[in-house]
Amino acid sequence: MNKVLLIIKREFNSRVKKRSFIIMTILGPLLFAALMIAPIVLMRLEDDEFKKVAVIDETGMFFNSIPNTKYLQFENVSLQYYDNLTASYNLTKAKEDLKNTDYYALLYIPHTAVQTNIGVVQLISFRQPNMALKLHISNSMEKKLEDIKLTIKAEEFGLTEEDVTNILTVVNTRIEVVTTTLDEKGEEKQSSTEIAMIIGYICGFLIYMFVFMYGSMVMRGVIEEKTSRIVEVIVSSVKPFQLMIGKIIGVALVGLTQFLLWVVLTFVLVFFGQRILLKDYNPEKFNPNPAVVGSTLDNQTNAPDEKALKYEEAFKAVFSVNYVQVVTFFIFYFIGGYLLYAAMFAIVGSAVDNETDTQQFMLPISLPLILGIIVMMQVINNPASSLSYWFSIIPFTSPIVMMVRIPFGVPISDLIISMLLLIISFVFMTWFAAKIYRVGILMYGKKVNYKELWKWFKYKN
Amino acid sequence: MKHALIIENIEKRFANHLALDDVSIQVPEASIYGLLGPNGAGKTTLIRIVNQITAPDRGKVYFNGEPISSKHISLIGYLPEERGLYKKMKVGEQALYLCQLKGLSRQDALKGLKKWFEKFEIQSWWDKKVEELSKGMAQKVQFIITVLHNPTLLIFDEPFSGFDPINANLLKQEILELKRNGATIIFSTHNMSSVEEICDYVALINRSRKVLEGEINEVRTNYTSNIYEIQFEGFVNIIETSLSHEYKILQVDKNLKDTIIKIELLNKNISSNDILKRFLEFGNISMFRRYLPKMEDVFIKVVGEANSLTE
Repeated sequence: MNKVLLIIKREFNSRVKKRSFIIMTILGPLLFAALMIAPIVLMRLEDDEFKKVAVIDETGMFFNSIPNTKYLQFENVSLQYYDNLTASYNLTKAKEDLKNTDYYALLYIPHTAVQTNIGVVQLISFRQPNMALKLHISNSMEKKLEDIKLTIKAEEFGLTEEDVTNILTVVNTRIEVVTTTLDEKGEEKQSSTEIAMIIGYICGFLIYMFVFMYGSMVMRGVIEEKTSRIVEVIVSSVKPFQLMIGKIIGVALVGLTQFLLWVVLTFVLVFFGQRILLKDYNPEKFNPNPAVVGSTLDNQTNAPDEKALKYEEAFKAVFSVNYVQVVTFFIFYFIGGYLLYAAMFAIVGSAVDNETDTQQFMLPISLPLILGIIVMMQVINNPASSLSYWFSIIPFTSPIVMMVRIPFGVPISDLIISMLLLIISFVFMTWFAAKIYRVGILMYGKKVNYKELWKWFKYKN
Repeated sequence: MKHALIIENIEKRFANHLALDDVSIQVPEASIYGLLGPNGAGKTTLIRIVNQITAPDRGKVYFNGEPISSKHISLIGYLPEERGLYKKMKVGEQALYLCQLKGLSRQDALKGLKKWFEKFEIQSWWDKKVEELSKGMAQKVQFIITVLHNPTLLIFDEPFSGFDPINANLLKQEILELKRNGATIIFSTHNMSSVEEICDYVALINRSRKVLEGEINEVRTNYTSNIYEIQFEGFVNIIETSLSHEYKILQVDKNLKDTIIKIELLNKNISSNDILKRFLEFGNISMFRRYLPKMEDVFIKVVGEANSLTE
């Protein structure tokens, strides 16, 4: 055991000291922080544009509760599209008309929006609406709904104001704005900018990248030991299995170190980025003359506060994701996926004499990984499909696919099955790899194929 | 005689190739034991079995009388034929690492390494990367790593390859020194002259089987044929004409005064005294001796015969 620790230490130290590791560790957080702050900056750019939004409100409850702002004006067009014959709203016609009017978007609030705890309203536009607009709608509607519910319930139970405040802390209604962008032909294209999805997407892709990066690091390490002929010196002191597992764990620790540094540095950068941005848009500093603002279109909210408020809202959205949960599962699936694939990479490294010979064995490794990435795209569109389910259960793709599913909410049973299967398969794969590895590392100048690998597997000791 | 290592009836099979077939070897304590054989004979497999890198299919290995196990690993030093170091790692750091893998504590390894580096006058290499060293320099470092943990059994596979004559000699002296200090040494090589110089015992492995074993001079004597070397003052041409039916002249070297002649007896009934008597007539004899074959001759003879039999 002591010897495995020595090996882990060497594998870790020799890699962490490399220049490429240090550069990657610094560049990563800069990129991620930029990705997280970019929506806020973009929002600021778009903010200055004046937008008119048409509203069809089937419930008749919300129109007045969505306030106009400096840049946003809501107009009720419900009556215009009410079809007396069918006693319903003609949404199709409204969509068609959207092209010919100067409305930026059409907000459709169906009856169903108030029937469940998560009400869904549609925002239909030609361009992807920005986050500020969506947040504005959902926040206003949530507030209105809560007020209505509160008034009804308070009356029903004869509650005092104090009781209501107590209840308020418990009541939490969400309004989700599902956006539908229309292309030139007027066809609907479902899309989403939900931050949770982006996070899932990034995580899935990071796992793919990490498994490939650190898996091939293991492979190159094995090849290095083989070509430099140090391996026979080492295996006369330690068992080949100890050498293999020490290398795999050492590289895993390198990966984890990098990931944790990325997380910490990213949060530090975003935190300071937030501070700087919010400071810049400090109401007093930004808008020294409130009297001027008072005469704009905005009659309901105080304009100077509004902007700062929006940034705060945007940051709230960015931080609304349960990062602790995401990071925890990410670490599990990264380690699990990495261990599964690192064992396979170790087999390839032990089978060849130099890196150029690895190509012929890479297919069984890269195929499931790339498949995982392809399925990931589908999962984002349809997280509840059986495709998503199976690929998040099968160990070879589960690290990528499950990470994308997690932000959408995954049943605990699915998670447990997926995690258990992953653990079982990497234990099995490590055992399998060790049997081939111990033969392969001492074989030189042999043309190796899959049949040969199978023969090695069956060797006794 | 006490044996440091006893190998009993080892058999090892790879897929469809028998690498070792019923090989038994006994290595006496504090001796240098030469393990000889052509390429692919099974020497490396045998050495790997002793190092517990691979396990035999059948047979036993005893180390100091006990069945060999992982606790003996720290008592064995192994310098493989295919040897190398991590190219990007610093010499000192790497030597420390490899010695610690053998079970030494960091402090002991550091102390020992300092001593050896001073002895070989290579202290300045400590912070160099291995890729900056020449092949011979790297070999020196490897030798130090092999012997640093004071193993009682040392296995050197082609230790002299890559060394210039001066360093090869230095290494030879170190190996002899290790033997004087009580270590048992197994020495595998193709370089037969070095075998003659330092080995006490030899075993010859050919085609997975042990074909020859014994004390080196015994082995050489056993393979002595009827060849004599004679040095005398006089002329060779007379011998050539008068004795050609009894002897075969193998080699003639002429100096200014002397002639050294190597002859093989064709008739087994002729004794060495008969030859002496004959040669007394030709001139002053300054040397007369039975020729002791070189290990190289033995090697070629045994391996060559065995191979011609099966082909």
